[in-house]
Amino acid sequence: MNAQIRRLFFVFAALFVGVIGIGTYWLWRAPDLEARQGNPNLVVRQLTIKRGLVLASDGRTILAQNRKRKVQGRTWFLRRYPNRGLAAQAVGYSTIERSRTGLEESLNDYLTGSNANLSTLVDRVENKLRGLTQEGNDVVTTLDAGAQRVAMQALAGRCGSVVALDPESGRVLVLASTPTYDPNLIERSFRRATQVAAPCSPASPLLNRATQGPVFIPGSTFKIVTAAAALDSRRWSPSSTFEDPGYCIEYGKKVFNYADQAGPHVYGTVDFSEAVENSINSVFCDLGKAIGVRRLLDFTKRFGFYEDPPLETPGEERSPSGLYSKGKLFDPKDPNQVDPGRFAFGQERLLVTPLQMAMVAAAVANGGVLMEPHVVDRIVSPDGDVVTRTRPDEIRRVMRAETAAALTPMMVRVVEGGTGTAAQISGVDVAGKTGTAETGRANENDTGFIAFAPADEPAIAIAVFLQNQDGTGGSTAGPIAKTVLETLLRRTT
Amino acid sequence: MTARNRELLNLFVVGLLTACGFASVYLASQDIPEFSTTSLSYAGFFLALFLAAHLVVRYALPLADPYLLPIAGLLTATGLTMIYRIEPGQAFRQGVWVVGGVALFAAVILLLRDHRRLDPLKYTCGVAAIALLALPALPIIGHTVNGARLWIQVGPVNLQPGEFAKVLLVVFLAGYLRDNRELLSMGFGRVGIPSPKHFGPLLLIWGVAMLVLFQSNDLGGGLLLFSIFLAMLYIATGRWPYIAVGLVLFAAGSYVLYHLRDHIANRIAIWLDPWQDPYDAGFQLVQSIYAIAGGGLFGQGLGRGVLLSDSGEPYIPFLETDFIYSAITNELGLAGGAAVVLLYLVFAYRGFRIAMLADDGFSKLLAAGLTATLAIQAFIIVGGVTGLIPLTGITLPFVSYGGSSVIANFLLVGLLLIVSDHVNRSADR
Repeated sequence: MNAQIRRLFFVFAALFVGVIGIGTYWLWRAPDLEARQGNPNLVVRQLTIKRGLVLASDGRTILAQNRKRKVQGRTWFLRRYPNRGLAAQAVGYSTIERSRTGLEESLNDYLTGSNANLSTLVDRVENKLRGLTQEGNDVVTTLDAGAQRVAMQALAGRCGSVVALDPESGRVLVLASTPTYDPNLIERSFRRATQVAAPCSPASPLLNRATQGPVFIPGSTFKIVTAAAALDSRRWSPSSTFEDPGYCIEYGKKVFNYADQAGPHVYGTVDFSEAVENSINSVFCDLGKAIGVRRLLDFTKRFGFYEDPPLETPGEERSPSGLYSKGKLFDPKDPNQVDPGRFAFGQERLLVTPLQMAMVAAAVANGGVLMEPHVVDRIVSPDGDVVTRTRPDEIRRVMRAETAAALTPMMVRVVEGGTGTAAQISGVDVAGKTGTAETGRANENDTGFIAFAPADEPAIAIAVFLQNQDGTGGSTAGPIAKTVLETLLRRTT
Repeated sequence: MTARNRELLNLFVVGLLTACGFASVYLASQDIPEFSTTSLSYAGFFLALFLAAHLVVRYALPLADPYLLPIAGLLTATGLTMIYRIEPGQAFRQGVWVVGGVALFAAVILLLRDHRRLDPLKYTCGVAAIALLALPALPIIGHTVNGARLWIQVGPVNLQPGEFAKVLLVVFLAGYLRDNRELLSMGFGRVGIPSPKHFGPLLLIWGVAMLVLFQSNDLGGGLLLFSIFLAMLYIATGRWPYIAVGLVLFAAGSYVLYHLRDHIANRIAIWLDPWQDPYDAGFQLVQSIYAIAGGGLFGQGLGRGVLLSDSGEPYIPFLETDFIYSAITNELGLAGGAAVVLLYLVFAYRGFRIAMLADDGFSKLLAAGLTATLAIQAFIIVGGVTGLIPLTGITLPFVSYGGSSVIANFLLVGLLLIVSDHVNRSADR
């Protein structure tokens, strides 16, 4: 029987070796398994990293920080957002149950110190060898905390968004979206965080209206794109004259100018500057027909339409501006599918993000050169060394310098004596354009205002858009642009 | 060095490891790590208990194998430490069961003295084993836990009689196979295929195993009983066709039940592809694999593993019973898991060594059967939670939480030590 016993022992030995073998196999597959949904190991590993801070451009205002908690023999770093809804959509949240959004998601590798930059790699290995907590890098944004706060207060109670850029560098100074939410509530009471009262439906507080959707009809703010296309073609100049009968003929039907109790405005003979100043639809309608859908569409693309607006937030939180058909971006193969007249004054089926419209204003402000917007200024290691710093980057020249130079005084006239007088700032020339788009519902207009200031030496470009307003772009969005511009200009001078 | 002094030395090493383990878990659970002697009281109590067991062995079985008791001690300590880490309250109850186990261990050694006294009782043992297996089927006292009807309730205590049945079955088989091995070994043809009539006992035990399987819905228990039988039949006869036919019969029987009971069908489907339903049917195995893979080579550290959510709920249900090996691997890594597996292998080596040194058939079969029981049981559950074989719920001997299991396994070690002492005594002469 001893031979059998010996053989049986070898069978057991083989079986136990098999157990160790499959254990080794799972170890080898660990990186792949760890990425799977429902594996608590990855979640806990991320939670035990001392995540980096997210800061405003002053380097002091904390947008995201950590709260320590001892759980199961480990220190967990849970996220706190001391400024709550201040820049909630841009910064996003990082939670256990609901994963991450915003910069918390797109910069997760930097914030957890998992990025591949050499200095971070060295720190990580050192921490591991010394048994220290892995520490993430701090993110310093370009957001101006004061101006962001002013913008959020001005937007309070409305559904809208403010985006302010430095036209020369592309730095995003304000990226505001309302209704906002408290990211501290996402983990424990998601419903309370997201079910907010707002004068729009759905309220969607998590939606970053500045870059996502897009939810806004540009209306007459789009006339800057049409005007740029017209002037850039050299067929028209600021002094070109037009005849306004109060309407234009589209497909055999009259499309009237903006109307009040006295009926549609009729301006008669006007030059191009007066047409912009008074936002005369019939002039732009005729311009659109003369320029043609094809060339107008090409010009929008030079401004960045039909692409996700560039920014460091996650790709799924940015949407392209352009024509939309049945909820989808629509790039017509046949120009006859689009009404050139309505397209030219910003109706048709155009939808835009405020960031895109701020880029339009910034391109004009920067002498026709569009700079790439960025919201991250620098990423700093726990020791204070700069890991990366964003350098200004040119996207393209959108229009000739002369075109931008010609457009600027036309836009100044809008604020000086046209539809945008509510945005006047004493001692500073503001160049702007209003937009009031009818949604088809009574007293519910989508309003907008895009501007830059000072007109002679632009430091700030801004776009303000609001949903469901009882008023014009000049009267609703204009004052918001004014207060934010004033705050930002005080800072730069 | 005498065998007993060697055993004493081994037990001190085990005591030291236990103290380290408990201290690690205790420190990890503190907000501000602060050492306290209470964390060592478990280790002290544990060492005292095993010293008592050692004194009983020293008095009654001076020549017994010096490794089996320390291995049982180390496995028990590993289990207690993990249970303490998962649910401190249960560690205390498990401690009480260990005291019970050691008491039975001492009682068997002191009262039985000579295992050959069991030989005439073999049929009694066989009947008792079947009776124990049938107990949970009775109304009132029998009841079902997690779909398996394996439990009886006696007063305040829940018992799993099947755990004791396996020891009695080994005693019966040792006697029965010793008596009939000549007959069973006879065969015809070149490979020596046994005569069909000798398949009778095999079919009988197969029938019992299938009945257990069907009635109690306990695939692990059925597989264990039947594997013990096949292993002992092979040792007694050396006829591999028995094993082949036996395995085919078991597979066929399971296949039929596979269609009768969804419970079993699911187990095999999950084993083939755990990720087909990772949140429901495959949840346990998938989480177990995550825990094993997450442990890395040296583990996350005792008390620091990813085992419980922040509210204290285990990520894997039945973590302290069926899935304790996954918990150990998560905190002590592949190295720790392999060490536990190697402990069972060393146990098998020492146990089989006793069997090989024995000079009578009953002692040989008894020692080999008891050893095989422990090794097979360890393999069924460890192989199950690692995904090597289909997962069937069964306790990991000495390690898993559970009173019946701990007590029955101490009984098993006690019997094995009695055989060992007897074998070494005859060798001395």
